[in-house]
Amino acid sequence: MTMDSVSASITELPPATPHDHAPPESFLRKYVFSLDHKVIGKQYLGLGLIAVCTGMFLSWVMRYHLAFPDKAVPLIGWIAPTFAAGGVITPEFYLQLMTMHGTIMVFFVLTTAPFAGFGNFVLPIQVGAEDMAFPRFNMMSFWVTFVAFAVLVAAFFVPDGPPLSGWTAYAPLSAVGKSSGPGEGLGQTLWVIAIGIFCIGQLLGSLNFIATTLDLRAKGMTLARLPYSTWAWFITSMIGLIAFSVLLPACVLLLLDRVAGTSFFIPAGLVVSDAIQPHSGGSPLLWQHLFWFFGHPEVYIAIVPGFGIISTILPAVCRKPHLGPKVLIASQLAIAGLSYMVWGHHMFLSGMSPSSATLFSVPTLIITIPSAIITLLWLGTIYGSKLRLNTAALFCLGFVSVFVTGGLSGFFLSQPSIDTYLHGTYFVVGHFHFVMGVAAMFGIFAGTYFWFPKMFGRMMNETLGKWHFALTFIGVYATFMPMHWLGLEGNVRRYSSFPSDYMHGSLPLHRFITYSALFLGASQLIFLVNLIWSRFRGPVAPDNPWEATSLEWSTTSPPPFDNFGGVHPVVYHGPNEYGVSGPRGDYIMQTDPPVAAAPAATA
Amino acid sequence: MSDSAMTAGSMHGAAMEPSPFLITSRKLTMWLFIVADAATFGAILFGYGYLRFGSPNWTKPFTFSPNIINGLVMTVVLLTSSLTMLCGVAAAREGRSGATMKWLGATILLGVTFAVLHLREWTGMFHEGWSLSKNPMGGSVQVGALFFSITGLHLLHVISGVIAITVIAIGFRARKFTAGHVETTGLYWHFVDLVWMFVFPLLYLLNVR
Repeated sequence: MTMDSVSASITELPPATPHDHAPPESFLRKYVFSLDHKVIGKQYLGLGLIAVCTGMFLSWVMRYHLAFPDKAVPLIGWIAPTFAAGGVITPEFYLQLMTMHGTIMVFFVLTTAPFAGFGNFVLPIQVGAEDMAFPRFNMMSFWVTFVAFAVLVAAFFVPDGPPLSGWTAYAPLSAVGKSSGPGEGLGQTLWVIAIGIFCIGQLLGSLNFIATTLDLRAKGMTLARLPYSTWAWFITSMIGLIAFSVLLPACVLLLLDRVAGTSFFIPAGLVVSDAIQPHSGGSPLLWQHLFWFFGHPEVYIAIVPGFGIISTILPAVCRKPHLGPKVLIASQLAIAGLSYMVWGHHMFLSGMSPSSATLFSVPTLIITIPSAIITLLWLGTIYGSKLRLNTAALFCLGFVSVFVTGGLSGFFLSQPSIDTYLHGTYFVVGHFHFVMGVAAMFGIFAGTYFWFPKMFGRMMNETLGKWHFALTFIGVYATFMPMHWLGLEGNVRRYSSFPSDYMHGSLPLHRFITYSALFLGASQLIFLVNLIWSRFRGPVAPDNPWEATSLEWSTTSPPPFDNFGGVHPVVYHGPNEYGVSGPRGDYIMQTDPPVAAAPAATA
Repeated sequence: MSDSAMTAGSMHGAAMEPSPFLITSRKLTMWLFIVADAATFGAILFGYGYLRFGSPNWTKPFTFSPNIINGLVMTVVLLTSSLTMLCGVAAAREGRSGATMKWLGATILLGVTFAVLHLREWTGMFHEGWSLSKNPMGGSVQVGALFFSITGLHLLHVISGVIAITVIAIGFRARKFTAGHVETTGLYWHFVDLVWMFVFPLLYLLNVR
């Protein structure tokens, strides 16, 4: 770089306040097409809430049918008379439910809520910015995601219904069109379009998160002083930037296969419904490679924000500094890098060369090392602390529990020889629901109980919260733990029922799981009641109810439109100043003047 | 106490670190977009390699004349447009509005020339019977599918770039946009050029009979 270009670059630096838009007046600008990151964050969380209710309802229908294969499922015959006349669940409809459950949960819950939702609300405040770097892109990102959700849900309302090829949309089932099954016509096309649109929304979001984290930090907010949740969203954005960029062209190629007569994912001589398909030369494995190159990093897009949320809450409830913050960040960066080298472990059964199975097995085992380090850092932080056992803390402890439970079964599945037996069974279902689904959900719950006061200016009810945690924790283990036994017994997944074959003996356990799933779902009503009641009737929240250190707790609850009321915060401390003695007590906020901490500086 | 002194943030009152990112958010985001777009092209070129090596009946559609000669002209045109873009950015930095318009205009013209040559070539191939799903030579249908989808994605980038440069040039003349905008657009344009340096050898030179 020449001197000229350096000086040119410096003069182009943005002013300290990029918040060029005034507080909006109209309803539409304030709540619908808002440019305010706080509103957009809430919109994402709202979308996640709608999606999670939809996804859970679909899982209930599946679970009911698995437990009582001969009985009609209540209500479903009335809700979906064309697909399940009289409440009878056909195998095809079961697969359609499964596909939509997986797609909605992975994309529109586990990606939108912990990453886009909490990230949008909290990240700009935590770095001391007034808004995202590109507020308009931010608004577009949400509405593009919303359109994606609408297109996906529209698949329920087209003649043959939603697709049945699973959330992974394996080709050639997803590629050859109508003849391969109900929902493989327009339903599958809508699915492909929805996921393509979703990629664009998340790419816009990722670009914005990275630019905001790097460019809009307040004075004194060095990278080393970033709160751990911001680090986690930052790392997640870097993962998402590459992952969604690969899924997008894959979706376009799949769409071309479906509508333009190409054969990217369809081999020659394929016979579907007694007809030879007019395709040749394509490879179903190519779809799996492209999909899982996105799909495995996607697991970390769902879980790394949870890491950050837990690491932010734990020091605040333990009242001591987080153990090894630099190791924590380095481990997450290692996970981000390794997440791109392990995708083949989803494909051990695909006919891929056994040598490449080994190639993917080794990094899969290696990636457990940074994950284990992070878990040990949490345990070390909790160890010997004066834990304030509020609901957020309980969900943090629960997160560690379910993450370890789900992670341990990952050791088995990473071995190609063992996976060959377990991959098609409920063992895998138990594994990924624990480590990706439930762990990320516990992160969302912990984040909700922690940041709700900041979002709405009111405290959530702790009694209801603790009941919610206790019942959820029991429900989760009762639902997903028995699936490991089912898997070891050889109970295959994706089947709609096991009425008369060799798996008949598993029916009592399936019934137990179904009762547990209904119980688990019912206990979420406590959460919903708590949300709504606290939103309107909860006690007014102080600025810093948890005596935490990061910047969002230095402003009012909820924060003003520009987050800090015209003040540009200056940061003097890291986010980890717990268990010290300062004028506030046992913690020093990031914006506290340096004088207050003189003893700590000389220690 | 000593615990907290070990933490990263315990250097109290230290000023903001000298930023390694002395660029605007806009330029940073363009670099990030380029990373993402490179992954997109990487994925689709990976697919090309995967399907090509998996095809026992791959056919090479091109001959040196006229296909490669045409491709070479296109390459020279696109590379030259990067040079004119560079001159445009330099002129914009020095505030020479007239020169900026001339250079950006030349870039647009070269971009359009590239697109026209490309579309002319496509039309010729359509006449020979090539399409997304057909191979007139009787070999793998993947040849046309991959050729048209990959060059199509690149052509889409060229056309978007031409539109973007036009908008930026008009805005720069009206003093709505700064030299920074011109430079950021230039980054994108050079990337589109760079991608062609992968597409040309992989899809043209490797497919000469």
